Formats: sequence, C-alpha cells, structure tokens
Amino acid sequence: MNWGGWDNFFAMGGHAFYVWGSYAATAVLIAAEVYLLKARTRAAHTAITRNGSAA
Amino acid sequence: MNWFKYSSPQSFFPLAGALVPWFGFAAALLAAAGLYIGFFVAPTDATQGESYRIIFIHVPAAWMSMFIYLVMAFWGAMALAFNTRLSGMMASALAPTGALFTFVALWTGALWGRPTWGTYWVWDARLTSELILLFLYFGFMALHAAIDDPRRADKAAAVLALVGVVNIPIIYFSVKWWNTLHQGASVSLTKAPTMAATMFAGMMIMALAFWMYSIAAALARTRCIILERERSSEWVIEYARNLK
Repeated sequence: MNWGGWDNFFAMGGHAFYVWGSYAATAVLIAAEVYLLKARTRAAHTAITRNGSAA
Repeated sequence: MNWFKYSSPQSFFPLAGALVPWFGFAAALLAAAGLYIGFFVAPTDATQGESYRIIFIHVPAAWMSMFIYLVMAFWGAMALAFNTRLSGMMASALAPTGALFTFVALWTGALWGRPTWGTYWVWDARLTSELILLFLYFGFMALHAAIDDPRRADKAAAVLALVGVVNIPIIYFSVKWWNTLHQGASVSLTKAPTMAATMFAGMMIMALAFWMYSIAAALARTRCIILERERSSEWVIEYARNLK
C-alpha cells in the first residue's frame, strides 16, 4: 500500500474493524494454544515426578 | 536409516522435542515476512480496498483446516490398520490445531464477508460445509475424551475421522458444484493465480508459516500425550527425574 502514516495504516481504508478483528482473533488463539501447550507439558511433568517419587 | 524406529513413542519423543523449536522458529520468521509483504508490499485491491488483506490469514487458515483433517484421518487409519500407539497419538494431537484453523477460517471469513457481501454469514455450501468441519473436529475430540481407555478412544475417534473425510471434497468443490456467494478458487494447480504477484507471494508465505506452526504445535502436543499415557513407564520416569 502507499504509505500515508501510521494513522492511515491503522484505519485500513475504513475497514479497520474487519481487518484488525481478523488478525487480533488469530493472534489471540495462537497465543492461547501455545500457552495451553506449555501448561499441559508442565502438568505432565509434575504428574510424573509425583508418580515416580511415590513408586 | 530405519524409519520404523520412530514409530515407538520412546524414540519419537526426543526427535519431536528436537524438531519443535526449529518449526516454531521457521513459523515466526515466515509469519514476519508474510505479514510484511501482506501489509507493506502488496498493493491496495482495486475493488475491495484494504479489507482484502484478510486474505493473508483467511485462505491459509482454510487450507490448513482441510489439510490437517486429512492428515488426522490418515493417522487414524494407521491406528486402525496397524494398531500402532503413536498413530493414534498423532491424530489426537492434530485435532485441536485443526479446529483452531477451522475457527479462524470461519471468523475471518465472517469479518471479510461483512464489508464485501454485506453479511457476516450465509448458509451457502462453502460456509456450511466448513462449519460442519469444525463440528467434526469437536466431535472427534469429544468422542476421544468420552472413552476412558486411550487405545479404544483412538480407534473410535479414528472411525469418526475417516467417515468425516467425505466432507473435505465437499468443502473444496462446493464453489463449483453449487451456486455460492463464496467466490471460486483464485489459486489452483492448473492455472496461473488470478491475483497480483505480491498478493500471491504474501499468501503463500503465510500458508507456509501456518504449516510450520501446525507441525510445531502437533509435535509439542504429541509429546504431552506420550508423557500422559506412558507416565508409569521406566523411561518416562527417568526423563522426568533428569529434568530437575
């Protein structure tokens, strides 16, 4: 696109809601999946160490 | 090299662990390049203005939603045919990421439809079959979660996944078979893409980024599933002990 400053960039020719609504939702979902995967890995590690020390 | 070596969870686990950061890194680099091209290099569309920039996530996400389903069904078939433990784990590991991209395709499609067609949603063939795909992913995960024995859950969910495969060609060809509001394919294997070269480049790089991300996420989730299911085996306890 022809550069017309950041304000113009964020306005997306009047379609800011649709464009940024799409990108924001995608970014949030991907960030959430990465976070959940890390949490699940941590939970699995704790479950094993608890198991292992009990055995 | 003996590829069958990696069909056992124990030998696959460290391999997957070594690959995840590389695929994650590739995904981040490709996404940065794709977004740069998508927002700063690709021109404004003559008819749609700036709203068309949704294409850089919408089309790659829609492709991934269908492709991940096929891979998931493939691993389901492997689990049914060969009764290999890892296959069922791979299928389960792909489902949430596939559902994520299906939701993204529907969400960005709605937000693109509003300024372009004047509506967020219509019950047309393309949109409806993609919504069914989301329900197939949910159904796969729900069925798997409902059965206690993981090996039996793998097989039941695999049957569901295989039956659902019929929906994939329906999604793909829906714009040809029916009169739909959704446009036909701008990109196909047999014709030159009907879009500006920079738009096309941005879209393909974003597709690669999503591809790399999906591989990283699925491998990381496979590792979680291995740890959860094999938690009482000797090597897993040994692995967890060495973490501290």
